[in-house]
Amino acid sequence: MAMREIAGHQVQVNEEGFMTDPQEWTKDIAVEIAKVEGIPELTLQHWQVIDFCRQDGMATGKAPTLRRITTAAGVTTKEMFALFPKGPAKKVAKISGLGKPEGCV
Amino acid sequence: MKKLLILGAGTAGTMVANRMRRLLEESEWHITIVDQDETHYYQPGFLFIPFGMYSKNDVVKPKRDFIPKGVEFIVAPLERIEPDKNRVQLGKDGRYLYYDFLVIATGTQTQPDQTPGLREHEWYKSIFDFYTIEGARALAKHLRTWQGGRMVVNIVENPIKCPVAPLEFTMLADWFFHEQGLRDRVELIYATPLPGAFTKPIASKHLGAILERKGVKVEPEFLIERVDPDAKKIVSYDEREIAYDLLVTIPLNMGNAVIARSGMGDELNYVAVDPYTFVSPRYPNVFALGDAAALPTSKAGSVAHFAVDCFAENFLRYADGLEMLPTFDGHANCFIESGFGKGLLIDFNYETEPLPGMYPLPGVGPFALLQESEANHWGKLMFRWMYWNILLKGQELPLPARMTMAGKWKN
Repeated sequence: MAMREIAGHQVQVNEEGFMTDPQEWTKDIAVEIAKVEGIPELTLQHWQVIDFCRQDGMATGKAPTLRRITTAAGVTTKEMFALFPKGPAKKVAKISGLGKPEGCV
Repeated sequence: MKKLLILGAGTAGTMVANRMRRLLEESEWHITIVDQDETHYYQPGFLFIPFGMYSKNDVVKPKRDFIPKGVEFIVAPLERIEPDKNRVQLGKDGRYLYYDFLVIATGTQTQPDQTPGLREHEWYKSIFDFYTIEGARALAKHLRTWQGGRMVVNIVENPIKCPVAPLEFTMLADWFFHEQGLRDRVELIYATPLPGAFTKPIASKHLGAILERKGVKVEPEFLIERVDPDAKKIVSYDEREIAYDLLVTIPLNMGNAVIARSGMGDELNYVAVDPYTFVSPRYPNVFALGDAAALPTSKAGSVAHFAVDCFAENFLRYADGLEMLPTFDGHANCFIESGFGKGLLIDFNYETEPLPGMYPLPGVGPFALLQESEANHWGKLMFRWMYWNILLKGQELPLPARMTMAGKWKN
């Protein structure tokens, strides 16, 4: 566990750079992490997915899997790969300040 | 008379029926188990069928042989679970079964129809699965005359039943083609949605190194969108393509459709339950055990066995009005065949990933954790006998249900 400054906020992150306390998340943190993850600008469609993940993550205590997002947020898997290239579920979880999705055990 | 109803007479359901019949008074409890199928499959044995090591006879027995006296066995499909009314409707005659307590053990099944191109005209011609008896047998027939080329093993999506089976299949294929004298004419590719060979980092490193030594190429983070069965290639969502001569698929796994019809499942039809006690958060008299449960542990027979150990004790407390204890820790214990008469063993739970060491006796074994050994291979073969004769009948094994750190090395 380490502290890192993102967009002027001190937040806790794990060794893979996932925030460990979703309460510390803000929208400007999301913009900043997205840039590091290779997404220069968050569009309306990005935000719709992020908003869904935030709501779902806060309700269930864990980051949603890709299948959960595509089933419940009205976005296709293909669109998810276009919006959040290379590992969309992991990427959107990181940007949304949630832990790593535990789809795989 | 109180009624315990069990849905599914697979590994988990059969173990629950046997254990609870012994523990619950026959004069006080009526136990019923329902399954649509008469035949019990030893599913870990499917892995050996494509390579001619097992035949169908090695992996099938009648389910009735394993349902104890004093348990009513009904063969019928399930139409709907109505947890608000404490009843389950059967498919054939529409009749209702009422319960005081319900155990859902309907497992998980492969769904090749969910991936475009998979189960079409090349199904069982150049595309095979080995998670069904039909697929394993068709593949065995195909491999008898296959002359080599590029074999691609692809996992469609996690979670899957027995997450080590695709790795075992690939390592056994390497050995099999050596034995057939065609290994130099076979290219082996392992295309997985995971970032590496396995889900957990330390095991992934060990197993990844073994695959590399065996000349298997891993294609990580490959999430398949479709198969082109005519061009013989698989295509991922991020538009990578892998050509194949022989595709071995592990199709999408989903829970039983009755879970969806009853509105009780998540997006893959698995039932949300408490990870330590298996009780539903919505219905206090409903439990889900085995592969049917939406839990962050492996979908595997060993997990179901440890789960039944914990569940049985807790159920007795619960039925007497006491609180359940959070005893289950996600314990999984899996042999991994690696070919050439060797195997590995992994032992882990919710908190602790698979680590190297010795099992079950610290320092002694006889089984080596996360390392190849001949003893592990014999353990795996012996396991079939244990499964039919001890495990299914709900007998106790001299192994603790909860995982222990004794015998494991952290570094």
